[in-house]
Amino acid sequence: MTESKSNLSLLAYNETLSCVRCGYCLPACPTYETMGSETDSPRGRIQLVKAAAEGKLNDLDSLAMAIDNCLGCRACETACPSGVRYGQIYESAKRLLYAERTPSFFVRFVRTCLLRTVKHKGALKLMGMLLSFMQAIRLPQAVQKVGLDRFLPAPIRTIWPALPKIPHPLALRKESRPIQPPSPGELTVLFFQGCVMDVLYRNANLDSMRLLKAAGIKVIPFQAARCCGALHAHAGDEKSARELAKHNIEALERLELNYRIDYVVNAAGGCGAMLQEYAQLLSDEPEWRERAKRFAAKCVDISYVLLDSGNQVKWRSSADSAQETVQETVTYQPSCHMTHVQKNRSAPLKLIHSVPGIRYVPMENADMCCGSAGIYNFIRYEQSMDILDRKMEALKKSGATTVIATNPGCMLQLELGLKRAHLHDKVKVVHLAEWLAQHVLDLSNRSNRSTSQFENRRNCDE
Amino acid sequence: MKRLTDKELAELEGICGSDRVKWREEDRHSYSFDASFGRHLPDVVVQPLAREEVEEIVRFANRHLIPITPRGRSTSLSGGPLPVKGGIVLDLSRMDGKLKIDTDDLVAVVSPGVTTARLHREAEAHGLMYPPDPSSSSVCTIGGNIAENAGGPRGLKYGVTKDYVLGLEVVMPTGETIRTGGRTIKNVTGYDLTKLIVGSEGTLGIITEAVLRLIPKPPASETLMAVFDDIVDSGRAISSILAAGIVPAKMELMDRACMEAVEQYEPSGLPIHSDALILFELDGHPAAIAEEAEQIIRICERFRARDVRRAKDETEREELWRARKQVSPAIARIKPTKISEDICVPKSKIPEAIERLRKIRDEYKLHLVVFGHAGDGNLHPNILCDQRDKEEMRRVEQAVEAIFRTAIELGGTLSGEHGIGTMKSPFLEWELGPDGIRFMEKIKQAWDPNGIMNPGKIFPRPGQRLVLSDD
Repeated sequence: MTESKSNLSLLAYNETLSCVRCGYCLPACPTYETMGSETDSPRGRIQLVKAAAEGKLNDLDSLAMAIDNCLGCRACETACPSGVRYGQIYESAKRLLYAERTPSFFVRFVRTCLLRTVKHKGALKLMGMLLSFMQAIRLPQAVQKVGLDRFLPAPIRTIWPALPKIPHPLALRKESRPIQPPSPGELTVLFFQGCVMDVLYRNANLDSMRLLKAAGIKVIPFQAARCCGALHAHAGDEKSARELAKHNIEALERLELNYRIDYVVNAAGGCGAMLQEYAQLLSDEPEWRERAKRFAAKCVDISYVLLDSGNQVKWRSSADSAQETVQETVTYQPSCHMTHVQKNRSAPLKLIHSVPGIRYVPMENADMCCGSAGIYNFIRYEQSMDILDRKMEALKKSGATTVIATNPGCMLQLELGLKRAHLHDKVKVVHLAEWLAQHVLDLSNRSNRSTSQFENRRNCDE
Repeated sequence: MKRLTDKELAELEGICGSDRVKWREEDRHSYSFDASFGRHLPDVVVQPLAREEVEEIVRFANRHLIPITPRGRSTSLSGGPLPVKGGIVLDLSRMDGKLKIDTDDLVAVVSPGVTTARLHREAEAHGLMYPPDPSSSSVCTIGGNIAENAGGPRGLKYGVTKDYVLGLEVVMPTGETIRTGGRTIKNVTGYDLTKLIVGSEGTLGIITEAVLRLIPKPPASETLMAVFDDIVDSGRAISSILAAGIVPAKMELMDRACMEAVEQYEPSGLPIHSDALILFELDGHPAAIAEEAEQIIRICERFRARDVRRAKDETEREELWRARKQVSPAIARIKPTKISEDICVPKSKIPEAIERLRKIRDEYKLHLVVFGHAGDGNLHPNILCDQRDKEEMRRVEQAVEAIFRTAIELGGTLSGEHGIGTMKSPFLEWELGPDGIRFMEKIKQAWDPNGIMNPGKIFPRPGQRLVLSDD
């Protein structure tokens, strides 16, 4: 691989100079823990980017090896006493490598399938239909039964059957209704459904909107929005990320011609982080800088809005009216980007604690990534599974029977981990919104619609 | 220095297995630095898990005259783990299998790669305490702490790492293993090699196991903060407190520049127009320390403290310590490069040392803040600069020289707890004199005849000067 000097300038060199190499990031880094090498630590990666930018690396492949092993979870940013913005260093390296390198066939395949699909609503719907159809004819099980699955690459072979039951996209169309204009004084939010989230975990989105409505908030689904661009940004495809960001900013601005929008609410930790980072992403485009900042400032996680004092009263009252006490031991797996980028730690926990009768147990090293990290579990499968298996040990030790998550990637990865650890009959993974909806909205009259992922998965397995 | 041949690499892989022998470009770069200055690429990184592997690697290196640099998690601020002559970096951070607490003998037996924080947790779980507490304790390893004789804020009352090492297992530079000391507090059998190895910065051998002394954990603690308009008053207050028979577990000092930096970073109502801030921590029996806290308040007031606060509960305690914890992040925002110095002066000289440090700051026109452990005279003058500004870096080098000269003139030392490494060796003779260095070199020569063990550390090269550059 030969690199041109101009591309080296893509690297966030000045940011690397802020690192004083104290090593406080080491204990926070999941790959340093599992791989046990400074090469796979934040400090090592920062110094490699620095060396690369100074032209001191003979071979850019050395940088690629280290950067590709990084989850991009950004736990090191929270740990850093010097405030080094590792995310910028990491993504600058991704951009350089994206420009310089032809990845392996498998990586290109995953990128094409995922990154291209999620950009387009139509393609996304098609993917949903395809997955739903494959599940309906029980294709994963059939392939497994006749032993054909051994020809599939390991990530696809194992992640495919772990997918939750996907509702048929056509069945969902009825649920969209025309928007009623909000009454004055009413808090009005747009609900950002996301791409993967809306295909794989649509129930969590629907429950989020139900919770918001129950809290007395006017909810408008953000239909005009496209993918947030997180997967593209993390893969180094900055062009697509910018394109999606601009689309979404414009979409909000168009809606604001008719409505006063207080927040853009989402229920996916990773997407929420990306939406908030639009300000940084577009900071070098004068025409977009202020608009992106304004957009980013409106984007919040659902847990924030639900905790908002005035709304919480209404929401809590429905919780208090729930007669049944819950017999459940729950734990919480925070999404990395919710914790380390959005810096939202306490809101989900406060909501979990607000449900009467539950037993909450903290999980050891809960702040550590589960190894999902966008498409990391596809393209760095072995490394991802090492991290995941540690997570499962911690989960087992906690004794929880429900693990609450806030991001589609985490949920899928946790499902997979439970299967690997043979825990899938004992522990269920559920989105915070779904779990809350079950406990505060559905307790007195449980509806069929809001079946948990647990049951969904079992349907899928049988 | 010659590079390792393929055959030699294969020999190392024969000892450790190929996944713990790393020689790719990304690995060599990732093991080229510590938290001080300079980048030196090793030829190979080896990660042993057992003493037998260490012995074989050292014998191999001694046979082929390959330099070998032991390393924990490389949080050193003096250059100890830098492979300045290339060769092998021996990464001992993965050798962390043993951590046994013996509550009858009050000792812990640990592998070198165990982190200090893990030892702290384990000791506390048994109602015990391992007092040395360097600020990097959540990251650093016991092996590194012993090699560098790490300190921390509790030096005055509890001493430093060397006061807690009872015995060591050491692989010598020629490949034999010796055991020094034992597991008793009293032990005068032969030379005290344990003390010699503690703080030897990896130049005399590889520590593969340590027996550490533990003490019962004090049942309670109190935190107080006092603010003075004149740093000389604070010095007098400290002397009076000690003269009254009170030995605080911690006495942390922050100067005005430090407070200003913290306030700018995150306003928390620090009195930025005052001259010095002292944080006290007392530990012991609750009734005893409550009485001592009252006394400290009276003494501070007698010496014109502008404000004295005593934490009533855990929340207030954290609030008071927050300012101290914010120092590092706060000063990191001033400028990107941080030179963290580490002089130690007799307690009575603290006010004078601070005065002279301020003169140095003004003379060389630098951002210099001072904080430190007032109880034991260990001051950390930190210079904030920008390594891209070559002219400024020359001034920093001169200022650092002036700081060391000040320490020695006041009857102090070049390093309280960071070590000499590469950063301070140019100044070694000022403190030790030529004969002092010569006898140390004789010890080194006797232990390590081929000079393979962490070469280029402690002892200065002829004409060596301080250079603060990564190039």
